[in-house]
Amino acid sequence: MARSRLPLLRRISQVFFLLAFIALLVFTSLRPTPGATGDIHLRAPVRLFFEWDPLVAVANAFATHALYRGLFWSLIILVPTLFLGRFFCGWICPMGTLQHFVGNMPSESKRGKQRIESNRYKRWQTIKYVVLIAGLVAAFFGSMAIGWLDPFSLLVRSIGLALLPAFNFAVRAVLAPMEHSHIAGIKATGETLHNVLQATVLDFRQTHFAQGLVLGVLFIVILAASLRVTRLWCRSICPLGALLGVVSRWSILGLHKDADSCDRCNRCLLNCQGGDDPIGGVPWRKSECLMCMNCVDSCPHHSLVFQFFRKEREIASPDIGRRKAVTGLAAGAAVVPLMRANTGLGKSRHDRLLRPPGALDETDFLSRCIRCGECMKVCPNNSLHPTLEEAGLEGLWTPTLVPRIGYCEPSCVLCSEVCPTGAIWQITPKEKGWVVGVGSQNKPVRLGTAFYDRGRCLPWAEATDCIVCEEWCPVSPKAIYVEEAQVVDSAGNTKTLKQPRVDPSRCVGCGACEYACPLQERPAVYVTSIGESRSPTSQILLNRK
Amino acid sequence: MAGESAGKPDLITPQVLPPRQSLTRRDAMLQLLRVGGIAAGAGGAAYWLSERSSRPVPAAPEQARRDHRIVAEPHLPALTVVQYPMEKDAAAHPGEPRALVQKALENLGGIRRFVGRQDVVVIKPNIAWDRTPEQAANTNPELVGEVVRQCWSAGARRVVVTDVSCNEPRRCFQRSGIQAAARAEGAEVILPDPERFREVDMGGVALKSWPVFTPFLEADKLINLPIAKHHELTGATLGMKNWYGILGGQRNRLHQQIHQSLADLASFMLPTVTIMDCYRILVRNGPTGGNLEDVALKKTIVAGTDPVALDAYVAKAYWNLDPADLPYLQMAANRGLGTVEYDTLPVKVSQLV
Repeated sequence: MARSRLPLLRRISQVFFLLAFIALLVFTSLRPTPGATGDIHLRAPVRLFFEWDPLVAVANAFATHALYRGLFWSLIILVPTLFLGRFFCGWICPMGTLQHFVGNMPSESKRGKQRIESNRYKRWQTIKYVVLIAGLVAAFFGSMAIGWLDPFSLLVRSIGLALLPAFNFAVRAVLAPMEHSHIAGIKATGETLHNVLQATVLDFRQTHFAQGLVLGVLFIVILAASLRVTRLWCRSICPLGALLGVVSRWSILGLHKDADSCDRCNRCLLNCQGGDDPIGGVPWRKSECLMCMNCVDSCPHHSLVFQFFRKEREIASPDIGRRKAVTGLAAGAAVVPLMRANTGLGKSRHDRLLRPPGALDETDFLSRCIRCGECMKVCPNNSLHPTLEEAGLEGLWTPTLVPRIGYCEPSCVLCSEVCPTGAIWQITPKEKGWVVGVGSQNKPVRLGTAFYDRGRCLPWAEATDCIVCEEWCPVSPKAIYVEEAQVVDSAGNTKTLKQPRVDPSRCVGCGACEYACPLQERPAVYVTSIGESRSPTSQILLNRK
Repeated sequence: MAGESAGKPDLITPQVLPPRQSLTRRDAMLQLLRVGGIAAGAGGAAYWLSERSSRPVPAAPEQARRDHRIVAEPHLPALTVVQYPMEKDAAAHPGEPRALVQKALENLGGIRRFVGRQDVVVIKPNIAWDRTPEQAANTNPELVGEVVRQCWSAGARRVVVTDVSCNEPRRCFQRSGIQAAARAEGAEVILPDPERFREVDMGGVALKSWPVFTPFLEADKLINLPIAKHHELTGATLGMKNWYGILGGQRNRLHQQIHQSLADLASFMLPTVTIMDCYRILVRNGPTGGNLEDVALKKTIVAGTDPVALDAYVAKAYWNLDPADLPYLQMAANRGLGTVEYDTLPVKVSQLV
């Protein structure tokens, strides 16, 4: 009996795409490039994977009536799915591969009969279609909340913002004592390892992200669920899988079951990934099958085979029914008004919600941002963090700049280069317009405006020289200017020092002043979002370029 | 067993206990020994651990004044100024910074006077800001490249180029052009790594214990390559201010006593030679600049072995600042690091054509 080579090929493909994904994610960061001068761009950001993501493309098209930049390329996945079914889920998707891997681990709660039962089709597998409908309707009404559940968003957010930083921390924690060892051999080994890892997988420096723990634990829980039910996430929640399931209804490739030779041994159910009823006697469920091909080899009677243009009874469309479809529509239609009934948009906007440079106005931003976290992963200063409530509940996990942790580098536009949906519209350093002639010759991108807390500022409150903020201010002429003042110190001595002020017409809100302020935990100069160039309403000055 | 009696209530039957069995005496002794051993071990460990409990004290910083000066030679100039005449040609050309350094080092007695065979040379340009060479916020990359080349020609064992940047170091090293220029000449370019700082007692008046970037502590020879720029707090940032870039930690506090800090740094880190980049200087909006209108082309390099005189000279030449305007100069001079009266020194001025 000739065993099919397809499962082997599938495994190779899964490993390849998983590694490619992780490599691209690791390299979605600024690395020192020897010999390079001039402007800085990334060669291969993980955005490439999002450009293949038909869910992001469809939702982006629903929300903006257009397709941003590379999203056209999602046809690479969508069109073959029309012919071949959900091969993407079984052969390519890294989220699927990780669950597949975890699902294959030995598990007490999933063996023998239980395992077979867990792989039978379940009604709850239709939840994902409701999620998909609700997500797309919400996109139509202007919210990309579907990004919370898109598998690539989930992966980049969880691995990029939680697992990779944790991995970095662990590796450094092991290497540091080696490098500080008094034994020459251990020290040299540690240093060599550090250099090798630094050039390959380690980030240039340790990053930290708000809610990193939450994101990491959520992800681990999702993966661990596969120990109980194989690919629980793919089967029940994943809206991309649902979309591909819908699209695959006309596919010409399908499972042929030879009903005569089947003796209902259920072996095909042992390794079934999709829960699509490959057993004899019931129709095959096309929209659930992930094309993993495991059932073909597990059948002792060779009753199962994938064939083109076969003609037999099957369940081609999702078993969702009108009532559930209406539920999805209603949920999607309700979710945006409900979220907008909350605070977050309009006048109640959080004063510290500083969006990355190039971000569109808040309504447009929310209709595009899929909360993938790529901008946060790539930011060389670790400045961007997922929000908790700063952007309202609707904006959960969208990016915000935290200047105390990192300011926005004046000529850096990497976040705008990696954003897959144009929530941060791609800009050039020139368009960003910081540095030269701010407010006179050009119209810069502004993130907000800096203000002084004179009760904490050293030259204002404590008769002490400082003006580090002025030193760091990157625009020319500087937005921070100083005025000489006579102050009296506690000993009664009069001294002359320089007190800083902000010129809001020059300030771009980069946050360098706040970052550099010696009063680290609550800086005496801080940036709030008023005056951000993306908003026509959040302005201070009557005339400001 | 339970299955057999299921459904029928159990009658109470007298239980027959199995005969009581004991360990053999030998096994009992072994068992007692095991338990006793663990108990004694736990007690001993607890006693030992409680004895070594003490309040954590930070490791004592190392004493490490770094004096890389060479023996003075009276027949050689302590200060040299090399320039292209600006009246003839007021445009920058590639190759000029290189020629200026060559001449400057020649005037000071040649690189071999400063760098010996097998020396580990650390070169400290200013790579503080994410700016291009034309914006003159960092040291000119050609100048750095030429100094690297000269160090190799003198037989150095290692040539290291490094700085602790203010802006994001990957961006600063790349966009300043220094990383590429130094690597092209074969130097080791080291980006600041937070894990490679050592706590050092600087023994200063304002600066006591500070983390210093390790490569600066492992040099045989140290070459300071600052760039002359405007600075709001002190008027100008010159050679000694470049030593900010050896420190880690919360160095934004140094502005509070800037003159004392500068003098402390200068008496902690004594360079072999200082080569000040005045090819382009930043006359306004320093030390970051950004606008090409803030930059003045001077096509000049000032180099020497007296860091105090060097700063005093450049401050006067380009910002018309007297030593009295820069108190750190006199503080440094009082500590025997040099003289503010640069006109009393042998100075060699060369014009290139």
